Amino acid sequence: MSDKVRNLQELRNLRDELKGRLLLREKSKAPEKLVQIKVSMATCGIASGARETMSYLIEELDQQGVDAIVTQTGCMGYCYAEPTIEVTLPGEKPVVFGHVDTVKAAEIIEKYIKKGELVDGIIPDTYNTIDNK
Amino acid sequence: MAKFKYHVLVCGGTGCRASQSETIAANIKRAVAENNLANEVQVIKTGCFGFCEKGPVVKMVPDNTFYVQVTPGDADELVLEHLVKGRKVKRLLYVDPETHTAVSDSKHMDFYKKQLRIALRNCGFIDPENIEEYIARDGYSALGTVLEQYSPEKAIEVVKASGLRGRGGGGFPTGLKWELTRKSKAEQKFVVCNADEGDPGAFMDRSILEGDPHSVLEAMAICGYCIGADKGLIYIRAEYPLAIKRLKIAIEQARKYGFLGNDIFGSGFNFDVTIRYGAGAFVCGEETALIHSMEGKRGEPTVKPPFPAQCGYQGKPTNVNNVETFANIPVIFLKGADWFSNIGTPKSPGTKVFALAGKVNNVGLIEVPMGTTLREVIFDIGGGIKSGKKFKAVQTGGPSGGCLTEKHLDLPIDYETLVANGSMMGSGGMIVMDEDDCMVSVAKFYLDFTVEESCGKCSPCRIGNKRLHELLDKITLGQGEEADLSRLRNLATVIKDTALCGLGQTSPNPVLSTLDNFPEEYEAHVKEGKCPAGQCRALMQYVIDPNLCVGCTLCSRVCPVDAISGSKKTPHFINSMVCIKCGACMEKCKFGAISVQ
Ligand SMILES: Cc1cc2nc3c(=O)[nH]c(=O)nc-3n(C[C@H](O)[C@H](O)[C@H](O)COP(=O)(O)O)c2cc1C
Repeated sequence: MSDKVRNLQELRNLRDELKGRLLLREKSKAPEKLVQIKVSMATCGIASGARETMSYLIEELDQQGVDAIVTQTGCMGYCYAEPTIEVTLPGEKPVVFGHVDTVKAAEIIEKYIKKGELVDGIIPDTYNTIDNK
Repeated sequence: MAKFKYHVLVCGGTGCRASQSETIAANIKRAVAENNLANEVQVIKTGCFGFCEKGPVVKMVPDNTFYVQVTPGDADELVLEHLVKGRKVKRLLYVDPETHTAVSDSKHMDFYKKQLRIALRNCGFIDPENIEEYIARDGYSALGTVLEQYSPEKAIEVVKASGLRGRGGGGFPTGLKWELTRKSKAEQKFVVCNADEGDPGAFMDRSILEGDPHSVLEAMAICGYCIGADKGLIYIRAEYPLAIKRLKIAIEQARKYGFLGNDIFGSGFNFDVTIRYGAGAFVCGEETALIHSMEGKRGEPTVKPPFPAQCGYQGKPTNVNNVETFANIPVIFLKGADWFSNIGTPKSPGTKVFALAGKVNNVGLIEVPMGTTLREVIFDIGGGIKSGKKFKAVQTGGPSGGCLTEKHLDLPIDYETLVANGSMMGSGGMIVMDEDDCMVSVAKFYLDFTVEESCGKCSPCRIGNKRLHELLDKITLGQGEEADLSRLRNLATVIKDTALCGLGQTSPNPVLSTLDNFPEEYEAHVKEGKCPAGQCRALMQYVIDPNLCVGCTLCSRVCPVDAISGSKKTPHFINSMVCIKCGACMEKCKFGAISVQ
């Protein structure tokens, strides 16, 4: 089977290739315009309506012709503000929004994604990662 | 496209809102408009910055100036100085308590970020159902490195040197456990991941498996290589369907890429993982009971020794580790044992994930270096107590832990300190209580749980806990006597000393710690027949204030048991012998004449 990674060097090559590919999602025709959205979809998020938020985002962005990729991710830890999503505009730092129901999602698309204006309800990043420690 | 040049981020977390951050935001907005900056500057209310101690917090973007303890009156100065003239308002900058210098931007403010995510490093970051995202974040590099460059002994040395201790509650040194299991001679050995997570209120293991399942698989393979096992088993409760689904996907993907299976990384090492389902019994989280449950036997513990490391699953040497323990392993190999052991405290290196719940504002999953204080967790990260109420206690360690109080708030969180103060780390549930919580009822709540979950094998746990529960029940019903307090203590101590497994040995902790820390509350129940927190229904008395009562008769008409008497236009009276404390009268009274005592 050709999929198998046979040694550490192969894994490193694969990692570097994937890193590049995931940074500029291959799916996009114009990656410099691509909006990336992650929806926190652990049990807690789903219980608070993350699934509806995610479907809404996918449909709405598609209908409005915004070049975006919406993926799921695990728990971001902000249970008090579920559903939470992280939006990365091209060339910008990721921004996390809390309490994103479909109404909030519509506002985020309208103001932040299309016009680059922030909206209320941003969750500041409150933790260090292993990359900067 | 109207893009703003400046953003003013005003903290709208509950803590900061209580100190007028909404007025601050409104004032800044007004000042921005007055200075004709409305097209360039946008004012945004954010979630909690996690620095509530110094709130309200205002952050300027893009220069990241971080202002603390801002008041509504500071708005004009902030706008005029910072935004119009481009000068920082020095008096509102954070002053480093050690160097006494003002810190001007949040780049140098990382210290306020009390959290460090190691076990949760990928949770909320990668798509857990896509192995490629894990690989792009250095996934399986630790396994590859270990298999290509380390002997099992050398890899165990790394884990030992990191100082990592079990996150499932006991805090046993992980490297040492691996070494002991390696030294046990047998043809077949097993790696077991304990994903039973039985503590009420704890959900960190579930979140790790749902958010980053590959990190656990990778660590289990490393463990297998170290101890000489080619089979891994994950024991997970069936009520975690999403975690199970993502684990299954992860196992399939890992096999496809050759990270599980035969001849991993061309090293000749074989390892594969299967999932075993538990029915969600608390005692099955105890490792010997867990092993019996996996063997298809009753989930009952057995006496240790022999330890699983000598004689575990199917009588073979078995290494049992918790989910969070495993999630730390790949990072230790990627970043080095020294890097890891420098985080946290010397005896408890690294971080711990807590499920912060109860009466705190920012309920959530947090990960902090060991040695962080309870105050930092509850008041900074947790944003303080809900509705501005007073902090009363924090329960750690679940049904095996205890309640810590105000005087413990500045204690560093580590295994030894928590035990020395009558609680324990447990798996990381942390439940915050406020002035409205009755500590006798809290102890009874945990005993409810233990009585339900006791497997019944040993009498101290089966009978003793039942008796403890009866005593607590009696006290909360107002039928307790002073002698019951010493009975409670004696019985609790005997159970602790004589129970067979960890469940019984720790189950009296909630009783003992509340007896120690809140003796006056127990005494009020038994001596004065009062529940100071006003929670024990049987001890409550509804009374009508004759000065406020106008005799409208509404209360006597809603009372379901006819406990209220009195004639029209004269003050009414509640017969407390008949009253069932339903509260219907108090709800209906339009004159605030009825209160609870
Ligand atoms: C009553 C009882 C319940 C337990 N429940 C769990 C549990 O849910 N998850 C867990 O990892 N460990 C649990 N433990 C601890 C395990 O027995 C064992 O020590 C642990 O899984 C070892 O892993 P570690 O060294 O990585 O912590 C429990 C212990 C007792 C006594």
